[in-house]
Amino acid sequence: MAQTQDTPKIAVSGLYKRFGGNQVLAGIDLEIGRGKSVVIIGGSGSGKSVTLKCILGLIKPDSGSIRIDGRESTGLSGTEREQVLARVGMLFQAAALFDSMSVWENVAFGLMQRQRMPAELAREKALAAMAKVGLEAGLADLNPAELSGGMQKRVGLARAIAPEPEILFFDEPTTGLDPIMSGIINELIIERVRELGATALTITHDMKSARRIADTIAMIYQGRIIWCGPADSIDECGEPHVEQFIRAKSEGPIALDVLRA
Amino acid sequence: MMSRWNFLAAIGRIFISFLNSTGHLILFTATALRHVVLPPFFLRITFQQMLRIGYFSLPVVGLTAIFTGAVLALQIYIGGSRFNAEGFVGQVVVISMVRELGPVLAALMLAGRVSSAIAAEIGTMRVTEQIDALTTLATNPFKYLVAPRLIAATLTLPLLVLVADIIGVMGGFLAATQRLGLNAGIYMKTTLDVLQLEDVTSGLTKAAVFGFLIALMGCYHGYNSKGGAQGVGAATTDAVVSASILILLFNYVLTDFFFS
Repeated sequence: MAQTQDTPKIAVSGLYKRFGGNQVLAGIDLEIGRGKSVVIIGGSGSGKSVTLKCILGLIKPDSGSIRIDGRESTGLSGTEREQVLARVGMLFQAAALFDSMSVWENVAFGLMQRQRMPAELAREKALAAMAKVGLEAGLADLNPAELSGGMQKRVGLARAIAPEPEILFFDEPTTGLDPIMSGIINELIIERVRELGATALTITHDMKSARRIADTIAMIYQGRIIWCGPADSIDECGEPHVEQFIRAKSEGPIALDVLRA
Repeated sequence: MMSRWNFLAAIGRIFISFLNSTGHLILFTATALRHVVLPPFFLRITFQQMLRIGYFSLPVVGLTAIFTGAVLALQIYIGGSRFNAEGFVGQVVVISMVRELGPVLAALMLAGRVSSAIAAEIGTMRVTEQIDALTTLATNPFKYLVAPRLIAATLTLPLLVLVADIIGVMGGFLAATQRLGLNAGIYMKTTLDVLQLEDVTSGLTKAAVFGFLIALMGCYHGYNSKGGAQGVGAATTDAVVSASILILLFNYVLTDFFFS
């Protein structure tokens, strides 16, 4: 298994996935370099989430290859899959906190289950992770349902970073948050990813967030990556689909399935 | 002519979808069983589930058993008196309670109480992505959610049924002595004389199978639920209905097996 500095951390090629009669992914190709932050943008239903879930192994693609550290991961299951996932952290769109557990147990879950850490030490580590996302220790014993949306997102972020993963995934990290909280979450993501030296993949349709977080932006449309380039060059990309998306124009090549009277 | 083909096509579609879901269920069960027998085990969660499924079901099961036993005594007395068999109330109550009604009624009550709760809980975890979150935290949801519930229900239902048997016989005893005026000493003696070990073990074996089915249906429908609140609602209903039907189906199969 050749693993050099040049091997991309995540390399996706020719990814196809169909649900019933709906071809969701039609040949996704994407490379994410070690320590880089890539943001995938695209409209609802364009295949962003499915791409992310395929890389995580939550959905099995129909065909194509996903290599993590140069190693094929599409066919993995059981212990091998868990070994891959042990190096991954994920922040879910609605945080997906375990509502049967307290806040600190949520954050410490990976440490206790995956790394078999004793509860006391795990609680300490959980409090440290919570501090890094600006959550006070006083919140540790609350139930996640008692927290606001922004707080829940931060607990989700703390849970993702607590086991110090090499790869972080963010699913719509700012969706449903007010602009100030969105800004805070963006900054936290940048800081934590940098501190861990992690590779990050974010999917979003929030352009402000994408510009802030990304080294590279990739735009997905109808199950394909139609443009991929450095975040600061996206305004001059000249690709009409991307132009329409980032300027939020209703007229353009992307025709949404809106019924017009 | 055309409508006849449409009719056949409809039957075919139903048959294929039946085979499809049966296959799906068998695969789910096989995966679940593999995680039941292979380590690591989540003992603390299994114990919590035993408490939830078993201990907290005691009032429901106890009430069901005492009234069923009491009703049995009255009905058998009425039926028996038609051919001078009033004296057999004790014997018939204990045998029907221990072999049949204890396990089946306790299981049906638990299908309503436990299968639904499991389906709603796991279903909500599915639609709020908590199950995906478990996976990304390198924890297998079958190991963490399904296996502990299967083990807990399979182990606790026989214990519950044992309690139900005793309370049911008690209910029969109360109705017979208080309402029908039968002699308490003779009633107890005939009850204990007629009871055989095989009556109890066959009932408890049924209970273990029913416990497994209750947890399996809750987990299966919850795990595969989709589409938000409505999906979870549908999963809960499906869990209760399918668990109840499977209980009655397997009750016949097991009774037939013990019969031969």
